[in-house]
Amino acid sequence: MGNSPQFIIDGLRATVEGKEILKGVNLRINGGEVHAIMGPNGTGKSTLASAIMGHPKYEVTAGTVTLDGENVLEMEVDERARAGLFLAMQYPSEITGVTNADFLRSALNARRGEGNEISLIKFIRQLEARMKVLEMNPEFAHRYLNEGFSGGEKKRNEILQMMMLEPKIAILDEIDSGLDIDALRIVAEGVNQMRSPERGFLIITHYQRLLNYIKPDFVHVMMQGRIVKSGGPELAERLENEGYDWVKEELGIEDEKVGQEDEPFKVPMNTIAPRR
Amino acid sequence: MREPEWMTELRREALDLATALELPALEKMNIDRWTLNFGGLYKSSQRVRKPDELPENVRALVEEGEHPENLLIQCNSGIAYCSLSAELAGKGVLFTDLETALAQYPDLVKKYFMNCVKKEENRLTALHAGLWSGGVFLYVPKHVAVETPIQALFYTDDADARFAPHVLIVAEAGSSVTYVDNCVSGDLKQSAVLSGVVEVFVGPGATVNFASTHNLGGSVVDLTYRRAAVANDGTINWVIGEMNYGDSLSETTSLLQGNGSSSDTKVICVGTGEQKLHLTTRAVHYGKASASEMITRAVMRDQATSIINGITKIEKGATGANGEQTEKVLMLSPRARGDANPILLIDEDDVKAGHAASVGQVNPEQVYYMMSRGITKEEATKLIIYGFLAPVVSEIPIPKLKEQLQNSVERKLGQ
Repeated sequence: MGNSPQFIIDGLRATVEGKEILKGVNLRINGGEVHAIMGPNGTGKSTLASAIMGHPKYEVTAGTVTLDGENVLEMEVDERARAGLFLAMQYPSEITGVTNADFLRSALNARRGEGNEISLIKFIRQLEARMKVLEMNPEFAHRYLNEGFSGGEKKRNEILQMMMLEPKIAILDEIDSGLDIDALRIVAEGVNQMRSPERGFLIITHYQRLLNYIKPDFVHVMMQGRIVKSGGPELAERLENEGYDWVKEELGIEDEKVGQEDEPFKVPMNTIAPRR
Repeated sequence: MREPEWMTELRREALDLATALELPALEKMNIDRWTLNFGGLYKSSQRVRKPDELPENVRALVEEGEHPENLLIQCNSGIAYCSLSAELAGKGVLFTDLETALAQYPDLVKKYFMNCVKKEENRLTALHAGLWSGGVFLYVPKHVAVETPIQALFYTDDADARFAPHVLIVAEAGSSVTYVDNCVSGDLKQSAVLSGVVEVFVGPGATVNFASTHNLGGSVVDLTYRRAAVANDGTINWVIGEMNYGDSLSETTSLLQGNGSSSDTKVICVGTGEQKLHLTTRAVHYGKASASEMITRAVMRDQATSIINGITKIEKGATGANGEQTEKVLMLSPRARGDANPILLIDEDDVKAGHAASVGQVNPEQVYYMMSRGITKEEATKLIIYGFLAPVVSEIPIPKLKEQLQNSVERKLGQ
């Protein structure tokens, strides 16, 4: 099946400001699969997402990342996106003067390529339908990109972008942080609608709660910049009930953190997003 | 056309003053080094009845149509075209060039002319008072709401011609009007000066929306003072696009004299080449509960230099006043210079005032974010720069002019 993507991370090492954060990550994601990466803060989860997407702050020092056999690491960030990678970011940028709709249309057309641009009518119809799934107020299409959005609104907007761009591999970096239970359900619904044999998911979270709504096929635990344990959905449940100490004990890990990665401030997960 | 005696006298006094007064002292910029060629002569222009009789360069800038209404065109020193709709004329609206107004409504002009901007201020204001020609007189009677925008075009293509239009707008109590103008230069080989003064008198409860774009070539120095005096509960809204290629001094001031008066000032600018730009927005609060908001956004390329001042002055007695200002400069070249100076001068306790200023480059996080959605780096950078200016461009009330401003921005930003 030519449409089912294959995404392979092999021995990936990456540094930020000279400190090694990723110390050899191996992971294989096929179309139709949902992988969850769990782990405490500071173990390299978000770095993995950023390094795959090509954030300029992260330098890959070893290893390969391929999508359908093509070397992703040799591509510019925009080429990676056009090849079919998508990263729903933890802290999306706010951009004044560029409306959400204009931005999405530019992105969509960049992906589709010259001569194959989407018609305005079709674009609007798709956008409206997907905003409806995410229970977003239609006026958000005409607001400036993420400007003045609440944390929860930004997360929905990330998922909206994913739904519009229809990537081959979607990486969701802590998409659950800052969401109340209703918003979490809505966002998960958006993700679940996108599950298909033509698409693989990598979901990064440190709470099992999200995985009640998006059932993973595989669960991986990340510590010290590596994937140290993998399993099925039952692994997530055990982590939720027992925490990470047993994993550390089992593997003889004392400090699970890596580098001295200063993860940016995290919005506590039970914060309620403002309701409109 | 003979001017009234008082105007001749005023010009004479002003020119005497001009020799005695200094050039304005600009902070961090030396205007003495600018080429200020005030030697232009009064050159009248052919008055036409239809726009298609205008020179081709001018015609291209004008809205289509056989007889565009509510439009005035000045070419070099004199007026080439002016029309006011019968409907507005019937409501008592006056819209003509200032020279004609001086002949027809001398008392009205005398009451307001150089009353807001004083000839005694500095050499530039004195020279303007002495040398002005052409210009606009727009008068809106009490409680008349003018729905369609009133437009003016100032065009120069002769460096030997004086180019000093004076715009005088009077909006009586409870009236409202939108005025839009565009300053453009044609092919000029030698240096020239635009000596511009805008005076707006906003009556009690009146609203004036003033939008202006300046698109003068590199050989023209633009010296423009815009000032509004706002009475009780009156409102002035300024939208200014500074798209010149030459050195420019621009000051846009709202004198909030009345209680409950308010002003909103939005300025954008793109600096290119070796341009020197000195842009000031200013709000002076005299009235109680008066409110001002000022935003300046400038993009600087090449070796352009800009000094951007925002001045909020709150006088003693202006209790409950609220002044907000923001100046932002986006630097696109390591050799460009930009200085954003928020200045708050507050002589009253019971007030609110806020400011924000920043000088920075295109944010790499923003570029990364857009690229991560498949947009190229060039396109992302462009979207961010245009977006930076969009909050002002989108405020231009006339589609044709908005398009022209957008084109000017694109031309100045290049490729």
